[in-house]
Amino acid sequence: MNLTLFLLALFDGIAYAALVFIVAVGLTLIFGVMRILNVAHGSLYAMGAYLTASLTTFIVSAGLPPVFAFPCMLVSAVLIGAVLGGPLEWLLLRRIYHKPEVLQLLVTFAIFMILEDVQRLVWGTQPIFQSTALQLLGTVRAFSVNYTVYQLILLPIVAVVLLFGLRFFLRRTVAGKVILATTEDREAAQAIGIDADKVFLLTFIVGAGLAGLGGALASPTTSILPGIGADMIVLSFAVVATAGLGQIEGAALTALMIGLGRSFAVYVWPETQVLVPYVIMVAVLLVRPEGLFGSPSARKI
Amino acid sequence: MKKLLMATAACALMPLAALAQDKPEALKVGVTAFLTGPASVFGVPAKDAAEIMVEDINANGGIQGVPLELTFIDEGAGAEVLTTEYRRMVENGADAMLASISSGNCKTIAPLAEDLKVINIMWDCGTQKIFEAEKYNYVFRSQAHAGTEMLATVAYLLKVKPDFKTIAVVNQDYAWGRDSWDIFSAALKALRPDVEVVGEFFPKFGSPDFSTEISRLQALQPDIILSTSWGGDLDTFVQQASQRGLTNTSTFVLPLAESSLERLGSSLPSGHIVGARGDHYWNHPERRDDADFKAFMAKFEAKTNAKAIYPVFHMSQGLAALQAAYDKAAEANGGKWPSEDQVIAAFEGLEFQGLGRPVSLRSDHQGIEAQLLGTSVQGGDLPFATLENIMIFDGAELTTPVGEESVAWVSSLKPGWVDTLTVDAYEN
Repeated sequence: MNLTLFLLALFDGIAYAALVFIVAVGLTLIFGVMRILNVAHGSLYAMGAYLTASLTTFIVSAGLPPVFAFPCMLVSAVLIGAVLGGPLEWLLLRRIYHKPEVLQLLVTFAIFMILEDVQRLVWGTQPIFQSTALQLLGTVRAFSVNYTVYQLILLPIVAVVLLFGLRFFLRRTVAGKVILATTEDREAAQAIGIDADKVFLLTFIVGAGLAGLGGALASPTTSILPGIGADMIVLSFAVVATAGLGQIEGAALTALMIGLGRSFAVYVWPETQVLVPYVIMVAVLLVRPEGLFGSPSARKI
Repeated sequence: MKKLLMATAACALMPLAALAQDKPEALKVGVTAFLTGPASVFGVPAKDAAEIMVEDINANGGIQGVPLELTFIDEGAGAEVLTTEYRRMVENGADAMLASISSGNCKTIAPLAEDLKVINIMWDCGTQKIFEAEKYNYVFRSQAHAGTEMLATVAYLLKVKPDFKTIAVVNQDYAWGRDSWDIFSAALKALRPDVEVVGEFFPKFGSPDFSTEISRLQALQPDIILSTSWGGDLDTFVQQASQRGLTNTSTFVLPLAESSLERLGSSLPSGHIVGARGDHYWNHPERRDDADFKAFMAKFEAKTNAKAIYPVFHMSQGLAALQAAYDKAAEANGGKWPSEDQVIAAFEGLEFQGLGRPVSLRSDHQGIEAQLLGTSVQGGDLPFATLENIMIFDGAELTTPVGEESVAWVSSLKPGWVDTLTVDAYEN
């Protein structure tokens, strides 16, 4: 493998990792705060993608400038977070925080199944492709290989902005600190007057919005069809488990490892491409069962 | 004693009584198809088509005066649910079954149909292995298999691009992707031993992203890129390849792209090879002026707002086979309603015609179906690619002989074999 191929594999890996991170970070945020493994995250991702594609198609057919495809993504993400995520937490999840984990998993899985059918009902079963946003940015040439600006430049930028934005939000703002405090110890936080219910609702809306944003950003690059949510949730779980549940920086690092591992596999030994994310996960968990950045949790008496 | 004798006689006569069939109130047929999941891109149009066709058949007096009644089973629910539903339907009196789209499901259902003693027409699945491994009494296939389809693709490629030097493959990582490449590469090795395979990629089934493969392919610059992918996978691959200019530097060979033409829109540029798993094309050059073809296409487009794709043609062949077998068996039975055994006998050497050329059944129950391939061309009146330089190959010459194994047989072909084939060519 010469330097050119090495760099090509690096580019591909980073572009892929960016998208994986954006989806996984929402999942890990929700888990970190609420201790709920949200299987429905996958369908929020899919709904974000479908919604963006529909909005963009509408805008293009209405004769508006195609650059509006980008605001469509944000609008979809906000809609998924507020209109779908909000009521989900408020009406359903709120009732099961104190129930056993198995029940929590089953409930979010049920939501996942229901939303999958909703997608089929609304958008049908034929694949949808809406790449206006991606085509708008054009391609860039590196070592006689064309990359789309959207995947090679825009997605990694969004991922980095998101990583540092979240860090800043959680560590430097009051709302973020309140969330962190609730994560650390819910009872103690409530004792000093933090409204834990509100924190949970806010976190879930943000997490769901991130899933929607992931779907929105993925939508111009791929066919949107039934089942994309399930695929994404499996990969996100791998990232979140490897990173250590609730670890944002860990999710970024793991997404990068998985992205690079996968792209180097395609260059060196394509047959192992599917295996790589899970090999990385197993390797990390064997050495650090709590994940890369996770810390062993002290048992409460 | 007398009573006992009477009872014995009655029992002995029972099978005879069953032979003198009365016409049933309806001919109950179960159809398995993907109504959910990624392969519903095939199952849903096929179901729409079946409903139109059955309406037409029944409006014309049904099969020998008996109306056809279809019930659908969703293959998307998994093999276990499928076999349970299949069994239940047969035990509730289904007269024949059309199963299935997935090759895996065909492999499961063929022995089951044999056990349940029900006529089963494999109407869409592609695997060549079923009749090559086993003999079946109740199972028939109303279409070609992967061997015929891949060989036709190789033949078309060698005819239109005789001088290519390098090839890469990007197939889905499951039975079809692997098996189709086994046959294709074996045929290529036999017919053009000098061609170099520069890359073999088998991304996960349902993969949302082929960016890395596309970068790799741009670095490799093969003359030909083969992909037997379908549905969302094929759409994504071609779209991403076209966005990044790979479709300008390599010629794509896409044996299933006929089913994606409309969805791909302008993303599939001119000059790429498109196959259709048989002589299936909404603008079939030999059939487009026929009244039955035109009438069906108009109804289908009105109902679904889309052009008919190959599963629609396969469905028409499956139903045509069933109707032809019952008609032939009734004729042999002096116009009376035939028994199941008589229908099975009628399937031997049966010829029938759906929306394509006539199809015939061989002694091993394998269908002999013509193969249509063409080259994509943009810039017509439609917002998606159509086909030009169409060739229709005779199915018999491309199908593995009875009793032989496909990969071994294609490996035994000699360079120059392609020039011996019967081909009808059409400009568009």
